[in-house]
Amino acid sequence: MNIKVLFFGITTDLTGEQEVVLQVNEELSINDFKSILKEKYSNLEHLDTYALAVNEAYVSYDIFLKPNDVVAIIPPVSGG
Amino acid sequence: MIRTSIKISSQKLDVKECYSFVEDDACGGITAFIGTVRNDTQGKEVLQLDFSTYKPMAIKEMQKIADKALEKFDIKKIAIHHAEGMLQIGDIPVIITVSAKHRKAAFLACEFAIDTLKETVPIWKKEYFSDGEVWVNAHP
Repeated sequence: MNIKVLFFGITTDLTGEQEVVLQVNEELSINDFKSILKEKYSNLEHLDTYALAVNEAYVSYDIFLKPNDVVAIIPPVSGG
Repeated sequence: MIRTSIKISSQKLDVKECYSFVEDDACGGITAFIGTVRNDTQGKEVLQLDFSTYKPMAIKEMQKIADKALEKFDIKKIAIHHAEGMLQIGDIPVIITVSAKHRKAAFLACEFAIDTLKETVPIWKKEYFSDGEVWVNAHP
């Protein structure tokens, strides 16, 4: 299935990407997806922490991704 | 009655608009937090700031903050506006206004809103110095 991945803030510099579509196995959990990201974009390890959002909402526990979900990588925010 | 005004704009934010939105005859006071771009970070001169946003999600998170403030405090209306794009020293990146029957709730709600915004809303600022640029807060 296809998952769209959005990068923001410092992660655009670390990965050189703003938006990509990744083809992944069905029934993929968000934790497994994180491992895939780590493998594909090893520079992300320079970041101590980042959050993930699925379809514009933060995910705080492990969920399964669905086809065409949009996953956003949210480095520490600094608005205001 | 619409009690929240949420906006992310690449145009100059309008203090009067946020003030007018929360004005209400039943209220005894209005509090405002107006963020301004400071000219230094830890003693280093800042030239400008660039704000980028995950706009659809940022709007949703700002709406959640406004809804939560209405639920948590005895306030009438709240406006939360944030700027995006390049801002210069003295420009306004964020305005929060709150109206309430009594001042205490208005102060508390205003502080709650800016504190929560800084924690949860997907907006990032990059500081530009004479010798380079840095994503703020990227390594907390």
